Amino acid sequence: MSESTHAHAAPHHRNYVRIWALLVVLLVISVAGPMLGVPLVTLITAFGVALVKAYLVAKNFMHLDVEKPIVHAAIGLTLLIMVVLYAGVAPDVQKSAGQNWKKSDGFHYVSEAAKGGAGQKGHDERARGH
Amino acid sequence: MAHAAHPEALAAAPHAAPGGSFFHRYLWSTDHKVIAFQYMFTGMAMALIGAFMAYVFRMQLAFPGAAVPGFGVVSPGQYNALVTNHGSIMIFWVAMPVLIAGFGNYLIPLMVGADDMVFPRLNRLSYQLFLVSALVLLASLVVQNGGFGGAWTAYPPLSANKNYNLTPLGSSLWVIAVALEFVAFLLGGINFIVTAMNARAPGMKAFDVPIVVWTIVVASILFMASVGPLMAGAVMLLFDQLAGTSFFNPFRGGDPILWQHLFWFFGHPEVYVVLLPAMGIVAEVMTVFARKKLFAYKTVIGTIIATGVLSFFVWAHHQFVAGIDPRMANVFTITTLLISVPIAEMCFVYIATLYGGSIRLTVPMLWALAFIAEFLIGGVTGIFLGASGLDVYLHDTYFVVAHFHYTFFLIAVIAVFAGITYWFPKMFGRLMNEKWGKIHFWGTIAGFNGVFIPLFFLGAAGEHRRIFDYTTIPELGRPELQALRIFATVSLLVLLAFQPIFLVNFVRSIFRGPRAEKNPWRANTLEWTAASPPPHGNWAELPQVYRGPYEYSVPGRESDYWPQDEKP
Amino acid sequence: MSAHSIATTRSATGIPTGRLAVWWVLVSEIVIFGGVLVSYVMHRLGHPEWAAEAAHTNTWAGAFNTLVLLTSSLAAVLAHQAAERGEGPKAARLLRLTVLGGAVFLTVKGFEWTHEIQAGFTLQAGGFWSYYYLAAGLHAFHVLAGMVILLWVAASAARNRHLHRVENIGIYWHFVDIVWIFLFPLLYIAK
Repeated sequence: MSESTHAHAAPHHRNYVRIWALLVVLLVISVAGPMLGVPLVTLITAFGVALVKAYLVAKNFMHLDVEKPIVHAAIGLTLLIMVVLYAGVAPDVQKSAGQNWKKSDGFHYVSEAAKGGAGQKGHDERARGH
Repeated sequence: MAHAAHPEALAAAPHAAPGGSFFHRYLWSTDHKVIAFQYMFTGMAMALIGAFMAYVFRMQLAFPGAAVPGFGVVSPGQYNALVTNHGSIMIFWVAMPVLIAGFGNYLIPLMVGADDMVFPRLNRLSYQLFLVSALVLLASLVVQNGGFGGAWTAYPPLSANKNYNLTPLGSSLWVIAVALEFVAFLLGGINFIVTAMNARAPGMKAFDVPIVVWTIVVASILFMASVGPLMAGAVMLLFDQLAGTSFFNPFRGGDPILWQHLFWFFGHPEVYVVLLPAMGIVAEVMTVFARKKLFAYKTVIGTIIATGVLSFFVWAHHQFVAGIDPRMANVFTITTLLISVPIAEMCFVYIATLYGGSIRLTVPMLWALAFIAEFLIGGVTGIFLGASGLDVYLHDTYFVVAHFHYTFFLIAVIAVFAGITYWFPKMFGRLMNEKWGKIHFWGTIAGFNGVFIPLFFLGAAGEHRRIFDYTTIPELGRPELQALRIFATVSLLVLLAFQPIFLVNFVRSIFRGPRAEKNPWRANTLEWTAASPPPHGNWAELPQVYRGPYEYSVPGRESDYWPQDEKP
Repeated sequence: MSAHSIATTRSATGIPTGRLAVWWVLVSEIVIFGGVLVSYVMHRLGHPEWAAEAAHTNTWAGAFNTLVLLTSSLAAVLAHQAAERGEGPKAARLLRLTVLGGAVFLTVKGFEWTHEIQAGFTLQAGGFWSYYYLAAGLHAFHVLAGMVILLWVAASAARNRHLHRVENIGIYWHFVDIVWIFLFPLLYIAK
């Protein structure tokens, strides 16, 4: 075990502090971008940067780039499975209305909660005529 | 990577089990064989409880309102709790522990030529967590207001709202028990996967690994990759039950369909999680007792993996009438019909394995053959249900119940008996009685079919599930239909009456059966080269492998089998 | 001695056993967090009005915590480098710095949540907030568990024992960092 870690050649170590600095710069961009208020810019900076940061951490800190293919396959398949989950469930859960139905307007937020408190009030609200 | 055998051999001197006391040897051991028995015996005990529940609710269905001997009069709430916990127990606390954790723990190190699992202490922790989950589930049955009665699928709002389910304590304990069981199997799965991937004997390539190891490993990966969303969902359900959130409460912005999707996204791969190891066991038994190599081994590996992948794409066939987008229903119909193909192909491969073989109808072989024969019924009826148009009528009827028992019973009972009767000599160093084994076999098969064939007809006649008394419903209370229900219940009594034969045979043989040699079945796989039973550490000198596991009746050889570790 | 097996030392894949196991742990964790986040994303995309609720999250606290976790990941990978050079005590110090990062993260979170709960944004305050506390809470639980294991590995490393474990717990910690890298925009930025 300790013996087999010597199989890692020193070359795979990189300048971790430089990569960290890059990550911090990206973080700044991802906070500054959304402050402009332009949705496309927000998308690219906040979420695009997240993808880049995750890639950098996975590649450089987790050394995923020099890891064996079986690990790439396992992680890649798992992420694909999450895409399948989204694709199969979103048609039902993401929509608030369909061809013949509409979700009820039962969305109670802070104002309700601050007024009436939380808890299982479903049946009471039904009784009040929703 | 090649490893010199020498350093391992010197280190692997067999020693007695760690520590002398009963506690250390049988309750606190890290030996994979002991842990395997812990899982198996716990699973068998839970099976008795689950079977008792089936007895009670089937008696209620056949003779509504009459006091059931050993239980009393069944109230509607109790009926729901019995049905719910029968299903939950049989899947999570019988099929999974026995097939995956029991056989997996016992067989994987022995079949890959290792001295134990790669993480023995994590293995022990996995069992202990599992035991806690079983105790929590049993506790849920005896708390105030009784056990959870919202079906093993636990759909909200019934499961989330204590004003609907009327079992506030039981519901939450049930969710906690299931979540704990998931964690136990996630931890256990790591051991199975990593041991099979990494700890193989020198010379054992991937395609030299026996099918049952492949199936258990693929099943563990399937479980690991599918249970996450339901773990998330279980936490959400628990919060809805206890913390006043409304993840699934439609009156406050939640969505009950989300739970259904999260549940079945796991629930469907789960059935393959238990099916694959069962088919693996059947493969091992059939090759040994047909004295023939497995037909198309590499194709079977591909099929196992393809089934696993496809199983992620079919889940919403459980939700055809739940109000999902009908266009998605079309998609799921196609994928569901597609997934019948690889499993059917595996059945054909097994039959092809028999062709030209020298078949010995021992008790394990009888169980394996019964699995294939009965599975044709289970599989074909699944196709009816997978077609969304027909499912509109059949959903939630007894047709579904009969279909899944024609798969689950085979998985959790028939394949398990095949495995136990086959590996018994290795596990206990003795032989079971063949004659009584055959009597038990025929009684079980006759009883099983007698219970579930009538249920297909009842389902087609429109009998819906989870109703505790059909005689009050005009269309369903007709005498002909009630006669079918009574026939099914009587068959269950017959089925249950034959099980003590197995129990007596099992226990007596452990203590008084004729002693077994190392390899009484003359099989190829590595476990048969260890002593019967194997000592702690399994071998004095860990084996080397020179060939695949199915070299039976190789032309030109005198012997009709060729052990994997025999030098060429 | 009976709790250690020869099996653990084998490596038919070429990947050391401990590291292979950590990757499989990550597989199961990806689907757990994935389940939570996919559910959240579907609701969020379907309820544009949740943006008004999300506006009440503290972006600066979230950004600061992101910086803290990134820095703690740096410490963890430097610990791995030290462990590979056989420098156990140095690796242990760096691991303990990682733990410190986790502690700062949790402390900031504690202040953040206290403030939000006092303002009425509780777990039950509505759909957005339920998912907010669920996702961040699940993540915080993993941070805490990671801290415990980091300390345990550091204790061995300080005595130059089991140095291979430094890399393995580091991989887990980087995963926890990556989850937060996605949680930050999902919960804080998307307004």
